[in-house]
Amino acid sequence: MSELSIAILGTGNIGTDLLLKVQRSQSLSCRLFAGRNLASPGMTKAAKLGVPVSAEGIHGIERVAGEVDLVFDATSAAGHLLHAPVLKSLGMIAVDLTPAKVGKMCVPAVNLNECLESVNVNMVTCGGQASIPLAYAIGQAHQEVEYIETVSSIASRSAGPGTRINLDEYLETTESGLRSFSGCQKSKAILNLNPAQPCIHMQTTVMAKVQEPDLTRIRAEFRKVVSLITPYVPGYEVIVEPLLENGRVISMVRVSGLGDYLPKFAGNLDIINCAAIAYAEALAKKRMGA
Amino acid sequence: MSDAPSLTLCDATLRDGSHAYQHQITAEQIQAYASAAEAAGVAYLEVGHGNGLGASSLQVGESLLTDEEMLTLAKEPLKHTKLSVHIIPGFATIQRDIQLAMDLGVELFRIGCHCTEADVCERHISFLRQQSEEVWGVLMMSHMASAAVLLEEAKKMQSYGAQGIVLMDSAGAYLPEEVKQKVGLLVENLEVAVGFHAHQNLGLAIANSLVAVEAGARILDGTAKGFGAGAGNAPLELLVAVLQQKQILTGVDLYAMLDAANLVERLFGSALPTMSDVSIVSGLAGVFSGFAKPVKRVAEQFQVDPRDIFVELGKRRVVGGQEDLIVEVASALAAGKETI
Repeated sequence: MSELSIAILGTGNIGTDLLLKVQRSQSLSCRLFAGRNLASPGMTKAAKLGVPVSAEGIHGIERVAGEVDLVFDATSAAGHLLHAPVLKSLGMIAVDLTPAKVGKMCVPAVNLNECLESVNVNMVTCGGQASIPLAYAIGQAHQEVEYIETVSSIASRSAGPGTRINLDEYLETTESGLRSFSGCQKSKAILNLNPAQPCIHMQTTVMAKVQEPDLTRIRAEFRKVVSLITPYVPGYEVIVEPLLENGRVISMVRVSGLGDYLPKFAGNLDIINCAAIAYAEALAKKRMGA
Repeated sequence: MSDAPSLTLCDATLRDGSHAYQHQITAEQIQAYASAAEAAGVAYLEVGHGNGLGASSLQVGESLLTDEEMLTLAKEPLKHTKLSVHIIPGFATIQRDIQLAMDLGVELFRIGCHCTEADVCERHISFLRQQSEEVWGVLMMSHMASAAVLLEEAKKMQSYGAQGIVLMDSAGAYLPEEVKQKVGLLVENLEVAVGFHAHQNLGLAIANSLVAVEAGARILDGTAKGFGAGAGNAPLELLVAVLQQKQILTGVDLYAMLDAANLVERLFGSALPTMSDVSIVSGLAGVFSGFAKPVKRVAEQFQVDPRDIFVELGKRRVVGGQEDLIVEVASALAAGKETI
């Protein structure tokens, strides 16, 4: 059976969790796991699994030119800005898990098929993957959406150094995703890290201002899009159905992870990785069909 | 110079007070109070939304005025008093918010985060230092971490370039012995000045501030008439009076500070914080004081006891910025079901 050959760039929490998901996939195979430090926990894990590793980062990827169809970039926003043109010149599709916002933004439940022709696909942010489906539902239910805001709270332990250094980009990219998927004029994103033990599960709230909100319609649209998410993010759970509070539409979801690399509370890590895998598998399927 | 102030007072009336006024402070109020603060001679005047720059939102409340309007108005009468802002990464960004504040002539940037997460401030602190701005680090909700953890986080902020570290008792939950231990450990081990920001939920704001000074703190936050979140802050006029009795120099004129307090009473009247059953439970539960107003509103809508909401939020160890959980907790309490 033909598989899509992939490489993973960045061996932190995101990259290592992706690797475990790729290992399980029927249609993806990992040709290279590339980072900077062979002694890192992620590298050690990959080596143990018998996956080829490289400590040369993007140069390691250059050495396997011609053998790799797609690269997941799980480094940092600044890293991806440097990697994007290299990957393009190597003819590899870039699936960007950083908030660098170079390529087309992809939320599989909403626009998977539109992204299959792109050479660089941006997975927005973890908060974006969780909130945009609801923002999209509100945009489907209402022609005019004045304002959408999302707040995500994640466990401190699930946020590695890359996430922490990229908070500004996280906010900007999530805000831009909310606007482009809902058609709203203004948006705002907020991120909280919570150190509580036991670790909190990722929780995302969306609030919106719309004229005369049609809750029945919003709920119906939301249910539709949720039914498209749960096949690839089984831990996506609506904990407060869209309701009106203080004149605004509010709804909340909790995301539990699959518990691949980090425990289940790290739904933030899981949802963006599940989205990236869903994209790569769809591409594999399309190529097989072609 | 023997009469140089040995203690720096930061006046957060127009920032923490924003919480008590549901972020609806007007242009006239800002202008009037900023002039009074200048006349009193406080070292710094902090201005803006209660959660800092870029925080106006449905989550924590929309401001009547934009950051730009508030800072411009406050800056105008200031000559000796320096304009300060509170900044929380995760709400504010360098490009959108910090740049703006720099352009408007803000002179002190206080970068805050939940007390265990100092590394989210690295970029913001080091950026500002590269621009030669004055920057302090602020550890919020500091009752939730041990002295050793706070020291570790404070050292990170110091290594990024912070020129002062303030421990905030954002929930008004500290007891005096805890202030002594935590402030003392930081003073002993940091190169930069240490500060304390009190809240009044358990009636200890002035006492805790004094204990902090005895433990070596060189910065204190306060607000005129205690105008701030929850049960309010350490009333600045009282701080100035007590410090004068103790012969600790602050550079603030007592009568002018008392006048500023009278002004706040006229400007904000019935919105001035008072101790209540709810604020006491909030302090005991160790929940961010900024939750007071939204909890009151949501408790009314869902017909549940606001004290129960605070107890449940405390069990969940919520941090500032998680105001969305109020609705979830209240709706679960209303439905009579167990929340996790």
